[in-house]
Amino acid sequence: MSLLQTKELTAHYGDFQALFGVDIELGEAETIAIIGANGAGKTTLMRSISGVLRNDPNAVTYDGTPIGASPADEIMSQGVAMVPEGRRLFPSLSVEENLLIGTYGRKIKGHWTLDTVYELFPILGERRNNPGTALSGGQQQMVAIGRALMSNPRVLLCDEISLGLAPVVIKDIYQAIPQIKTAGASLIVVEQDIAQAMAVADRVYCMMEGRVTLTGTPDSLSRDDIHDAYFGAGH
Amino acid sequence: MIWIDTIIQGILLGGLYALFASGLSLVFGIMRLVNLAHGDLIVMGAYLILVLVTLLGISPFIAVLIAMPLMFVFGYVLQKHLLNRTLGDDILPPLLVTFGLSIALQNALLEGFSADSQRLPTNALTTASLDIGPITLGVMPLLTFGSAVLVIVGLNQLFYRTELGRAFRATSDDAITASLMGIKPANIFATATGIALVIVTIAALYLGLRANFDPNIGPARLIYAFEAVIIGGLGSLWGTLLGGVIIGVAQTLGAAINPEWQILSGHIAFLLVLLIRPRGLFPRASD
Repeated sequence: MSLLQTKELTAHYGDFQALFGVDIELGEAETIAIIGANGAGKTTLMRSISGVLRNDPNAVTYDGTPIGASPADEIMSQGVAMVPEGRRLFPSLSVEENLLIGTYGRKIKGHWTLDTVYELFPILGERRNNPGTALSGGQQQMVAIGRALMSNPRVLLCDEISLGLAPVVIKDIYQAIPQIKTAGASLIVVEQDIAQAMAVADRVYCMMEGRVTLTGTPDSLSRDDIHDAYFGAGH
Repeated sequence: MIWIDTIIQGILLGGLYALFASGLSLVFGIMRLVNLAHGDLIVMGAYLILVLVTLLGISPFIAVLIAMPLMFVFGYVLQKHLLNRTLGDDILPPLLVTFGLSIALQNALLEGFSADSQRLPTNALTTASLDIGPITLGVMPLLTFGSAVLVIVGLNQLFYRTELGRAFRATSDDAITASLMGIKPANIFATATGIALVIVTIAALYLGLRANFDPNIGPARLIYAFEAVIIGGLGSLWGTLLGGVIIGVAQTLGAAINPEWQILSGHIAFLLVLLIRPRGLFPRASD
């Protein structure tokens, strides 16, 4: 049985329909990647799963429970944490406070603590008292990932974690993913960087204009398949 | 010498204005909500203390301890079930709703207590004074100022040393991302208003001990509070204390020159600060 699933998921912003019946499935200990161009609906999909956008209850199920209509804080408390697009660190909080906010109001047991997050990203330990937003883009991304890990989630949603970062920084960040998987999280990674997505994912979904246009394991998909699914046939 | 005395009296009076303003500053700092009923809530707090004093025959200083948790619950429920519904991108709904609340509170108090002015019972302590050299300081103004400093120290500790304070700051920065971290913004806002009303109750105690009050004096307290918050810089708690002190000193200096100028001098000081520093003395970078 899948750990997290969307079924016929739709989403609207006012009159504009952003998702048209999206079905995706994430298994236990699996990493899936969602790829697609700007405006394909990837971030809308993440916002729907995480509860920022409310939906029909059965449109999203997690661990057998319908969560499509649940608010974001409840979904997070049940074990689905999000690294939002654009990092969204809290400017009034230091690096360490940003990390601690991931444990708000709960006693959490698990692998991830301040110490293990600082082991994963040593630079954050050195800069723990700096304001979160005074860090470089890559370091801010590390804070955003650490903040989500602090809740010891079963599902980690990573929305465009490489966006706007230099290739060498992206490499540093992606090096953390195997450790996150080993610690017991399943991941949904949203990426525009196809090579990066293919390297970490067990399965890939390609989206275009609010629909899933292609799915499969990285080995089974050819360059042409992906090109057509990404840009539409005929480009 | 008389000028030094006047200035010190003004500083102590500023403590009262800072108490009026702290709750307003807290609520504005966290949810950008300007509560136009703030002054009327202070007056309501004073009546609540008066009722407890009359019914139970206790000192106002004991009554305030009973009134504080009651006012916390009132603030929590008010925010959760009424004011939270008005929050959003548009700043008009919270202004209209709290303005309506202000009128409703004034009329409810008029209905319940009539327009007669009231005062909390005083005792020897409240009229006592201390001689420090040539200057005589009233115990009440000293207690008021001390309470204002304690309230602001306490709020700063809460904000920067506790998990709840972290959640306050995070929710104030970005409520949607805070909810992704497991925080319920609606409950955070309700807790903040509850705490604001606890401070309002402390302000109400000193309001009622120092002077007469009636159901109609709320809006004028709101103006003083508002001016203190704006002079200090929106959302800065120490700035709010300084803002209260500036208005207090301006008022006592004005009164020393001509008693008719007391209130006007406070407002002129407010306008002067705004002319020189339109965003207040300690504005937050992000506002």
